[in-house]
Amino acid sequence: MMATFFGEVVAPPSRAGDDDDDDEEEAAALEREETPEDREIRQQLEKKREVHILWNSTSTASNNEQFPCSKFVLAVGHNAVAFLSSFVLSSGGWEVVGSVKLWNEWCRTSNTTKVLPTDSFCLFYRLISDPTVLLCQCSCYVAEDQQFQWLEKVFGCMQKTDLQVLVLSTCSVTEYKTTESTLTLPSPFLKALKTSMFKDKVCSSLLEQPNIARDLPAAVLSYCQVWQIPAVLYQCYTDIIKLDLVTIEAFEPLLSSRILKGLVKDISRSTEILRKVVTTNEIDNIYT
Amino acid sequence: MFVSCDGSACPDFKGFMLLMPAVSVGNVGQLAVDLVISTVGMSKVGYFYTDCLVPMVGNNPYATTEENTTELCTNAEVYAAPSKQLAVLQIRSLFIKNKYRSFCQTLLSWVKSCSFAKIVLLSSSHAYQRNDQQLHGTSLRYLLSSAVEKAVGDQMQRLNRRELEQTAAFPGVTDEKVFHIPGGGITKLLFTESCTKGIPMIVLLKFCSEGDNIPDALALADYLNEWLQLTANQVKVCQPTVNMESCSSPAKSSRWKIPSSWKLLYGSGLPPALF
Repeated sequence: MMATFFGEVVAPPSRAGDDDDDDEEEAAALEREETPEDREIRQQLEKKREVHILWNSTSTASNNEQFPCSKFVLAVGHNAVAFLSSFVLSSGGWEVVGSVKLWNEWCRTSNTTKVLPTDSFCLFYRLISDPTVLLCQCSCYVAEDQQFQWLEKVFGCMQKTDLQVLVLSTCSVTEYKTTESTLTLPSPFLKALKTSMFKDKVCSSLLEQPNIARDLPAAVLSYCQVWQIPAVLYQCYTDIIKLDLVTIEAFEPLLSSRILKGLVKDISRSTEILRKVVTTNEIDNIYT
Repeated sequence: MFVSCDGSACPDFKGFMLLMPAVSVGNVGQLAVDLVISTVGMSKVGYFYTDCLVPMVGNNPYATTEENTTELCTNAEVYAAPSKQLAVLQIRSLFIKNKYRSFCQTLLSWVKSCSFAKIVLLSSSHAYQRNDQQLHGTSLRYLLSSAVEKAVGDQMQRLNRRELEQTAAFPGVTDEKVFHIPGGGITKLLFTESCTKGIPMIVLLKFCSEGDNIPDALALADYLNEWLQLTANQVKVCQPTVNMESCSSPAKSSRWKIPSSWKLLYGSGLPPALF
């Protein structure tokens, strides 16, 4: 609590997170000069919210050197992560090479690479037969102020000549704008956004204006557009937020895309693995 | 920092005017900037790559044909019309908390390094927080930094425009007066910084409320165009006796080209089962 000049006692506004993002607080912060105390609090918070990329000691990036990267596949959110687990990583030949350690008001990830499917994590995998192929599964929430850091640090480790980027993510169908009602839409469905350097065939229809993509997928695509890296984002619009078989299977047309084609060897067991992944996740709720 | 579209060096902006929005109430500045870009037919020259804005991507907001729909747009882009010596910085997302100051500093140092002649900031402020003086007459105001006070001040006088009134900092206690722009986002900060750094800056703003802000955007774009004649859509010159607001008649405003991205501004279609 703190006292003001006029005698009343008011609770100081919390600076912790996004949820108390109050207009008045923002305005007040803009009106006055930053005091040394403000600066100290801001710097402490920034330090706490810093994003750390931890590479395994065997990988070349640990020496602060850039490693060559020809393909970077990123899955954001549980459904996209499960898709990669069951259709790409399951075909074997991948090794975990690193992880992201971060903290924010919604989640925290540790520096371990041994995770449960229900944990929040952000892990990097490398194809053993071709170490220039990097894959990232990101099931944790990367906050707005952390997305830029995430980009700079992850892409900072890569040599970007001949790099191709593929991003998979999901979002709610209620965010999709169309002249029809969203109730009549056959969800889940895929929409694509690509950077101007991406010249390959796109496996779904393109996202129409005025629809936009946000968060980490948008940050990655912006980075690739600005720095002229060929990249494509496939966004799956779905009406189920949690892990869902139908939503995951909506990504299947992408298996024929140029970037994934070479990485997927055998999908005969994929559906089975997928079912296992989904059911493992269901156990944590005693009421279902 | 500025990154050009084709990876080449930064285009020569020497002597150009930089037009940009403040992310403010009703997004009026951003909508007005959209009107200028699409009507003048400006081409994209680069990106303002920054960690201060929330990331977003979408397809070309100014698409006119099937072919140019798939140009990716990002949260901060720079457009130019060299024949008019005009550059526009369009901002399409919110500022990240605690990044206002760092954005203003980066922006102003870019403006200095490119030798822009002046910045024109389109902004808005909460209509419900107007004081008694501000409730009268037009809802449009201007503000000039000390570096342009004389040169542009005369032009504004001739157009019979009203400068933003200062309000008492501590009513009834001292006579100290300050500019108060509630809901104006970075407007005040950018303006104050420009004054301190001697950067020529003109703020044009409209008092408005959150809602359908397209009429506000058209009025603000008209207000800008009456002064700078960026497009030939203004034929009528306002007489000193005429209330400013009557100048922004819909007939005149309709000559602005509405960008294709403005459709569905208020959500998707309604479920047919409702009827």
